[in-house]
Amino acid sequence: MTATNSEATLPSQGTEAPRSGRVDPKYLRSNPSKGAFEMWAWLFMRVSGAALVILIFVHLWTNLMVGDGIYQIDFAFVAGKWANPVWQFWDLTMLWLAMLHGANGMRTIINDYAEKDSTRLALKSILYLASTVIIILGTLVIFTFEPCLVDEAGNLLEYAPSFCETAVN
Amino acid sequence: MSTATVEQEPASKVDLAESGEGAGAIQEFTITLKVRRYDPERAEDAWWDEWQLTMYGTDRVLDALHKVKWEIDGTLSFRRSCAHGICGSDAMRINGRNRLACKTLLKDLDTSKPIVVEAIKGLPVEKDLIVDMEPFFQSYREIMPFLINNSPAPSAERLQSPEDRARFDDTTKCILCAACTSSCPVFWTDGQYFGPAAIVNAHRFIFDSRDDAGDMRLEVLNDKEGVWRCRTTFNCSEACPRGIEVTKAIQEVKTAIIARSL
Repeated sequence: MTATNSEATLPSQGTEAPRSGRVDPKYLRSNPSKGAFEMWAWLFMRVSGAALVILIFVHLWTNLMVGDGIYQIDFAFVAGKWANPVWQFWDLTMLWLAMLHGANGMRTIINDYAEKDSTRLALKSILYLASTVIIILGTLVIFTFEPCLVDEAGNLLEYAPSFCETAVN
Repeated sequence: MSTATVEQEPASKVDLAESGEGAGAIQEFTITLKVRRYDPERAEDAWWDEWQLTMYGTDRVLDALHKVKWEIDGTLSFRRSCAHGICGSDAMRINGRNRLACKTLLKDLDTSKPIVVEAIKGLPVEKDLIVDMEPFFQSYREIMPFLINNSPAPSAERLQSPEDRARFDDTTKCILCAACTSSCPVFWTDGQYFGPAAIVNAHRFIFDSRDDAGDMRLEVLNDKEGVWRCRTTFNCSEACPRGIEVTKAIQEVKTAIIARSL
């Protein structure tokens, strides 16, 4: 193979480097990436990682340590938290950051370990689909959550939080 | 020659034992050298060869390879040029670690077990310990490893303060042996990553106050196969026979790209 190789051309001079016709094509970077997606992805991992440490530990603290601790967690407890816009925002941020952080980490692992482009494409398709479904579903739940569920007769279910009684009556 | 006529010599800087063998007592031991061989003209697959050799405490892995090539099996192939840790020809995988054969003393390895020597990983093996270095140098060329200065050439040297010179001192030590790049698990995957050596050599010019093309090199390394594929596993820093803090240099280039973008 002595075909000339435009990838090996020195940009400043337009001349080919010696012996450059015989670089194994597997090593040639055929399409230089546009934009700086990888830079922002890298930066996002650092920033979201630091934010998640705070978000997750405060979440664990309020759920497991404050008040009755682990014994207080039931439908009513979750409903009570999501009645508060602060916790809605907190959980939404946590959901989005954790999902994007995790998905980007998985994307990186796929890039590092998958050797064939077809394997890469397949694995990434599954990853992106799963991540999108979970993010959308989670966001919907946080915003459309109905704490005061009633039975067919219109009576509150027994595990509904206490504030529902005033709302229904 | 009678001792009476010998002039008094100046005191030696080396203490030789009065009795016994003195400097002649160089440790002697038997080693097993196990080399991964490959020759597409002889066999499709690679195979392992083992040799029992009597070596000395002053010998390096390169000396063992020489002994095999010169005295036992002339078909064993490997690169070496200066044999003193400067030319960067004989990087190889010795007992699972990338090192220069000419800088690795046999007595520092575990001689009770076979000493396992393989070609460096991630580059196409051509024969035995010789790999095709072209992909490695291809990445090196792409970061433009030469001074680019737009101002007219001065009549004397381009001056630089000692502090400015110290800024990139560490990365000037690179001998392009490929021990770092071929120890990088990201490079092993598909060989698309620029690799630590190219980034180290870009760092050498990016942080040189006399060079004007730092932005161009940062742009080259801002590629999806550039610095962002570094996972900071520190394999490169451990492998470098020149002791360059490779991972640190890569992180500095990352910081420079971000600082330039924000």
